[in-house]
Amino acid sequence: MEMMEVSLLDRLNAPAMYGIVALAIALVVAMCVYFMVKSWRAGVKVGMDKAVLKKAIISSATFTLLPAFSVLLGVVALSGSMGIPLPWLRLSVIGNLQYEVNVAQIAATGVGLSGLKITELTPEAFVTIALVMTAGILGGALLCLFTLKAYSKKLSGKPRAAGASKKTFGDWAMVAMFVGMCAAYIGSYVGQAAVESAFLPLATAAVAALAMAVCEFLERKRAMQWLENFDLAACMLIAMAACVLLGRAV
Amino acid sequence: MENKKILSEQEKQAWFARYNEGVHREGRIWTIVCLGFLLLIPFLMGMILGAMPDMNRFLRGFINVAIIYYPTSLVEYLIYVPMLGSGASYLSFITGNLSNLKIPCAINAREMAQARVGTPENEIISTLSVATSSLVTVVVLAVGVLLLVPLQGVLTNPMLTPAFDNVVPALFGALGFKYFLKGRKFAAIPLVLSSAVCILMPSMIRQTSVLLIIIGALTIGVSFVFYKKGALEE
Repeated sequence: MEMMEVSLLDRLNAPAMYGIVALAIALVVAMCVYFMVKSWRAGVKVGMDKAVLKKAIISSATFTLLPAFSVLLGVVALSGSMGIPLPWLRLSVIGNLQYEVNVAQIAATGVGLSGLKITELTPEAFVTIALVMTAGILGGALLCLFTLKAYSKKLSGKPRAAGASKKTFGDWAMVAMFVGMCAAYIGSYVGQAAVESAFLPLATAAVAALAMAVCEFLERKRAMQWLENFDLAACMLIAMAACVLLGRAV
Repeated sequence: MENKKILSEQEKQAWFARYNEGVHREGRIWTIVCLGFLLLIPFLMGMILGAMPDMNRFLRGFINVAIIYYPTSLVEYLIYVPMLGSGASYLSFITGNLSNLKIPCAINAREMAQARVGTPENEIISTLSVATSSLVTVVVLAVGVLLLVPLQGVLTNPMLTPAFDNVVPALFGALGFKYFLKGRKFAAIPLVLSSAVCILMPSMIRQTSVLLIIIGALTIGVSFVFYKKGALEE
């Protein structure tokens, strides 16, 4: 059994898989470089100071370093259940950690697995999950493709007042949706613990929540806002490490 | 060499309108090419693995995902496009990591350049910022993955299997704390309800994709009642 699991992970980490992912990333890099050159030239044309343009590039590069490291930790977190190439692609391009883990889980149950587990994964399930993950996140890009030009025109000439306004119900609906999502998953871990005596998922979630509580305390009370760049990925890795120890103890 | 002539405000607006036309035309072409290739990848990987996606199961999984994430994408799109401008929007929705990286990065660059939303300067700075941020992310991840490859043996060690099998509980424990804190006035209701449902109807434990649609809708309803009663005001 274990030999089969290792063998599938080895296949998911095959050099050809890296090659395909590298091609896709190269394509997106080309898009970024194209738009970067185009906007630089436009900035010069409309009379913007080159020093301001350079400053925007340098500040964006330095601003990105810490969060990018957090994204890398996300690749590590997913690598044991999906191999390295697919999480590398998903987190370099189009995806984000929160979406990828959740959608992979939904897709895994949709293809008949009990969850995102390498012990149950088959090559067919893997490629089906990969397709669900890709198609499921296309909403924003499709909206850009079909409506961005019209939406931008509608927005132009409508200068928005500076300063934050009161929270609307739309803001609360987004919070509520994520609260509901987290509650549904945590409720299922409570159910697993109560009905099946499977305590590991609930214990892992509890350790992650505790680690996040510490991060929130440090960010809010100790002015360590830089932690926000790492907190989610770091808490997940702490909880996963605790899971190994708890698993051995049980 | 660059044309050093300084454009009048009218010339600038006319030139910028033409520039924007180009951004939309080229943005659409790049989006089609990138999306096409991204959708092809599962099939290319399937050719290597000797298995193709099961389209019935794909459809089932896709519907479950789309019910949740397509409305979220719509809200993100409506909120983020005015902040980013056109060029940065095409880039951001292809390169991902929007709320955790691209949006704060673009806002930071815009504030640094003192560009106002809706101006050509904002459009240019946001595009430069998002493109730079995407390139840096790609480089950091590529270097990180290169360093990870020698660790593959460690990562595939069976001793670590429970950790990777519990990546989802780890995510929702951490994320749950963050969001329960934000929605602390109503978060207990869905949490108690979903726990009770899973204990009383154990079949729901394995049906999280169904459960989260029901609980998600209910939580939005509860938050609406709280909102209408003014209980969410801070």
